Amino acid sequence: MGIILEIMLQFGMLSLVAFGGAGAVLPELHRLAVVTHHWMNDATFTHLVAISQATPGPNAIIATLLGWHVAGLSGALAATTAMCGPSSLLIYFFMRFWEKLHGTRWRLIIQTGISPLAIGLVLASGCIVTRGADASWGAYGLTAATVLIVLNSRWNPLWLIGAGALLGLAGVV
Amino acid sequence: MERQGEITHSELFWGFTQIALSGFGGVMAWARRAIVEKRGWLSSEEFTTLFGLCQFMPGPNIANLSVCIGARFQGASGAVVSLLGLLCGPFVIIIALGALYGRFGELPAIQAMLRGIAAVAAGLILAMGVRMAADLLKRPFLMIFSAAILAAVVFLHWPLVMVMVGLAPVSMWVAARRYCGSPWA
Repeated sequence: MGIILEIMLQFGMLSLVAFGGAGAVLPELHRLAVVTHHWMNDATFTHLVAISQATPGPNAIIATLLGWHVAGLSGALAATTAMCGPSSLLIYFFMRFWEKLHGTRWRLIIQTGISPLAIGLVLASGCIVTRGADASWGAYGLTAATVLIVLNSRWNPLWLIGAGALLGLAGVV
Repeated sequence: MERQGEITHSELFWGFTQIALSGFGGVMAWARRAIVEKRGWLSSEEFTTLFGLCQFMPGPNIANLSVCIGARFQGASGAVVSLLGLLCGPFVIIIALGALYGRFGELPAIQAMLRGIAAVAAGLILAMGVRMAADLLKRPFLMIFSAAILAAVVFLHWPLVMVMVGLAPVSMWVAARRYCGSPWA
């Protein structure tokens, strides 16, 4: 029960600061799962992120997979609820208030002030996953190539993920 | 454009199930197509406004969007049903994958594939960050805060909640002073 409570508390708190989406809290999930609680090693964390990226649906699904890995089905349910629940409640009640703020300077200030933090968090997530466990020059090259392709084309990410799997299998990474 | 209340709970549930299962990586692009073009639940402007709010608020953007749209058409129960629609399918899939990983994850071939996928996944996340950062060029001074949070989280391993609570007010204050005209000055 202790571990489920821990997941609920920690992930629930993260839900409320996940500006920029669930992808933005990857570094914190890494810190919790690998550094603080030793629920898994670095390689496993990176693998789970890879699996969640190859799964359709919201990025928050990484929380489900981490919960599953740590404590089975109840862990998965706890992690998913904690990751989506508090933020969903917040937006449910904030929705109408936000519409009232429309066009006010307060809204502009909040938006302008939060956005650099969200950007920093998403970039931090990218760094954590890039660093991975046993990152090689091949892996760095593949990451760099992915960034360039995504920024300069409109390919479906699924093709890139498939290509990554093949290149990995071929021993390039 | 349909009127409020005409979209039923089951339409919301299956609509969001379909959105969740059709999107890899970027669910949002699919969501817009499904919600605005295919189903006509919202007009293009309504979608953009709502999306702005969902992006700005904490939590998974698409989950936020499902809550807003569900609430709009069917109140609290609609919000719950839409969110469940979004999460149930992916939940089942990821648990199946998690179980497979637990069983076969040690195999060298699986490890090799996952290394390749992880490298691509990192690239997808970084590219999203770079795209978002392009908007900051208009407000270069705020980049300090992006760099600060990056350093605090990646290199210093400080707890994110503390870092956010510390940085957000300062960042908003600077935003107000330099870019929004200050209500305090």
